Amino acid sequence: MTMSHLDELEAESIYILREAFNRLGKIGLLWSLGKDSNVMLWLARKAFFGKVPFPAMHVDTGKKFKEMYDFRDQYADEWGLNFMRGECPPLSEIDPSLPPATRAAARKTEGLKRFLAEHKFDGVIAGIRRDEEALRAKERVFSPRQTTGEWDFRDQPPEFWNQYNTSFPPNVHVRIHPLLHWTEVDIWKYTLREGIPVIPLYFAKNGKRYRSLGDEDITNPVDSDATTIPEIIRELETTTVSERSGRAMDHEAEDSFERLRANGYM
Amino acid sequence: MTEYTEAQQRDLLKIVIVGHVDHGKSTLVGRLFHDTGSLPDGKLEAIQAMCDQRGLPFEYAFLMDAMQAERDQGITIDTSQIWFNTDQRDYVIIDAPGHTEFLKNMITGAASSEAAVLVIDAGEGVQEQSRKHGYLLHLLGVKQIAIAVNKMDMIDYDQAKFDAIETEYRAYLTSIGVTPTYLIPVSAREGDNIASRSANMDWYQGPTLVEALDSFEDTSLPVDAPLRFPIQDVYKFDERRILAGRIESGTLKVGDELLFSPSNKKARIKSIEAWSVPEQPTSASAGASIGITLDHQLFIERGELASHVATPPLETDVFTARLFWLAKDPLTVGKCYTMKLHTGECQVEVQEIRTVINTDTLSEGAGSELQRNSIGEVVLRARKMLALDGYDDVAATGRFVLIDNYNIAAGGVINMTGYADQRDLITQKSENITRVSHDVTEEARAARNGHIGGVLWFTGLSGSGKSTLAVLVEKRLFQKGYQSYVLDGDNVRHGLNANLGFSPEDRAENIRRIGEVAGLFSRAGMVAITSFISPYRSDRDRARTAVGSNFHEIYIKADVAACEGRDPKGLYKKARSGEIAEFTGVSAPYEAPENPQLVVDTVSQDIETCVDQIVDYIEEHLSLSRSKSLDFSI
Repeated sequence: MTMSHLDELEAESIYILREAFNRLGKIGLLWSLGKDSNVMLWLARKAFFGKVPFPAMHVDTGKKFKEMYDFRDQYADEWGLNFMRGECPPLSEIDPSLPPATRAAARKTEGLKRFLAEHKFDGVIAGIRRDEEALRAKERVFSPRQTTGEWDFRDQPPEFWNQYNTSFPPNVHVRIHPLLHWTEVDIWKYTLREGIPVIPLYFAKNGKRYRSLGDEDITNPVDSDATTIPEIIRELETTTVSERSGRAMDHEAEDSFERLRANGYM
Repeated sequence: MTEYTEAQQRDLLKIVIVGHVDHGKSTLVGRLFHDTGSLPDGKLEAIQAMCDQRGLPFEYAFLMDAMQAERDQGITIDTSQIWFNTDQRDYVIIDAPGHTEFLKNMITGAASSEAAVLVIDAGEGVQEQSRKHGYLLHLLGVKQIAIAVNKMDMIDYDQAKFDAIETEYRAYLTSIGVTPTYLIPVSAREGDNIASRSANMDWYQGPTLVEALDSFEDTSLPVDAPLRFPIQDVYKFDERRILAGRIESGTLKVGDELLFSPSNKKARIKSIEAWSVPEQPTSASAGASIGITLDHQLFIERGELASHVATPPLETDVFTARLFWLAKDPLTVGKCYTMKLHTGECQVEVQEIRTVINTDTLSEGAGSELQRNSIGEVVLRARKMLALDGYDDVAATGRFVLIDNYNIAAGGVINMTGYADQRDLITQKSENITRVSHDVTEEARAARNGHIGGVLWFTGLSGSGKSTLAVLVEKRLFQKGYQSYVLDGDNVRHGLNANLGFSPEDRAENIRRIGEVAGLFSRAGMVAITSFISPYRSDRDRARTAVGSNFHEIYIKADVAACEGRDPKGLYKKARSGEIAEFTGVSAPYEAPENPQLVVDTVSQDIETCVDQIVDYIEEHLSLSRSKSLDFSI
């Protein structure tokens, strides 16, 4: 009865989701509709035996692909989710000193902050992975933030074994990261194994596909012929192109992503 | 459609890279990536551009150092992870900071690893942090360690210098109980002995670093160990009442009888619940996050530890632990912290700091506090009964963290040597028993005797004078007309407790029985004087509970030196020569009473004064009327 690598990843994520549900007060799961948060939602259904006991929340920039909105409307209903939608402020309300794409991405941070403040969440579950980006690699599973959403990445709490710190002072809210230890290829292998629905934009059309889905105006497809999940897996096992190469705001300045994350971006 | 099966999955090994600051950890990681062809497109160019912009020579370190502050200062602040692969398998490399200030980040990285590479600068040699990191890896349970002696190019690939470092560090690791698997001379900057064999060091015959990593084993989950299933939560979303949690060790199956500790409740597994699976599972093993239902309703909470009946965890409220203290404020004796142990939480008090361990010299000294980033052995006392294991027996239920002021202040591993499993002491085995009430009241007994019943519980080291004083007090009380009797350690072990030895469990059972017998004497209206070392506070507390309000704890106080000087039974001599193992005060703990009703100092006072002191106390607390009791005197 040995566990496969995917079994181990799944068991760890379920453990984290259950810790968050038991130890924290009001929590919700950020559902960005992409491949990662779909896996996360699936894991939550597994963790709680089919019933997700907290809301699935989409902080909407209004600039997602049509396919993403269709997907959201179908599965929020089909999976019986307690769905909540948050709105992002217009670009004019965002720090104009940021480079253009970074500034556009920062709308989401601001929208999230306002959403969390309005509904007074103690913690949010986010589907980031360590392999996505070097700064995310430094994240903790339970990552405390100030009320303003700032990440003090210079002084993070230690994490021993699976003893996550889940006690926080009143004015702190927490980001919970159940997928931190997954890689992009793990996500696809698990999606395939479990038969999790996928937005069609991930599959190649005319030699191009999306590897990472963000806003329509700042996300670009990569060259690919992969039209099925096994082909995507095969492609990822040989590619040397980084996953977020299609995300403009990561590359505008050396520290643009760091600035975004320190301010509360996921 | 191309077929893809899970069988095609490769193994993944988690490796942490640790070592003193500037010994070249991040460079080593960069070189590993480069030489195994694991770098993403454009990454080298991006690092080159970053270095040009700062006017710095090319540094692989920038691959891992993602933060602006890390790149500016050229040091790793927080642990980072990056994936790479060799022909044989996939790896997660965890790069952990070497700087003392970021030790908590180093530990965070190392605690989740299955193997470690410890980097030592060949020019600087073994440093304090090299030793500390070796020690911490050992405490964290990382058993597969490769030592990379780096920067060999800087010392002209000198074998003699490498040999000297190898000898020194091997000796250190051996002394703390670690066997390093490999010591490899490398140059991360030049690529010597990383992925390919170095032409500069013909004298080295061992594996390259990549070969060493490939030889490490994927640490298997403890499937065959005793079952440990800590309850994480109880769900009642529908008609099912599901106990959820992750199996830390062992295997369970439907129909198994489970014992829940510390509550000692039992039930059988009715089902293993799962969502979106082809068929309901009938068994589950270590590592799996599961949910079960039971054959009958039990009130079970988070923090209970399920096991099989035959292989239960230990139950105790006191234990020793090796702690690595990370908080800014030092750990001090008497302070309380929240302990997180598997899924349970409990307040614990620091009863004693046995030793503060200097990881550099490995010297151990006593101390009243444990400073940030230091390691020590402490005695912790919990506010309630805990279910746990020694760390060496079951790792997951033998380690914990301490929380202070919302922060993780320490990690620790449990050692139960010298402390009893208290499960039997609190478990009533027979059922269907009903108490019988007496027609003779305690008041009637007291009126006839002229005094109320009670227990004078003498505690103190062997040789402190307990038995000597007990018989003298008994005699004096008899002369005063008291009904009194001495229960003495050696006497009781000839009869009532002849079947008990001196293991912590037997000692605890010895005291439990004496507590019960003394309680009976007391209720019979007599004054029982007990003369037992009774070293554990838990045991005395249990005796106090058995006896009730008329329990008087009397500390017969004399330090080890004084007792050893007296050594009336020659026991200290035997203990020192190793003839007696686990001798209180020498090789086993003595927990002095916190708030005894009376302290009798047998070092500064003569025997007569001590007897007077105790008899005065008895007359004051047990006599119905002091003047009346004097009438009985001869």
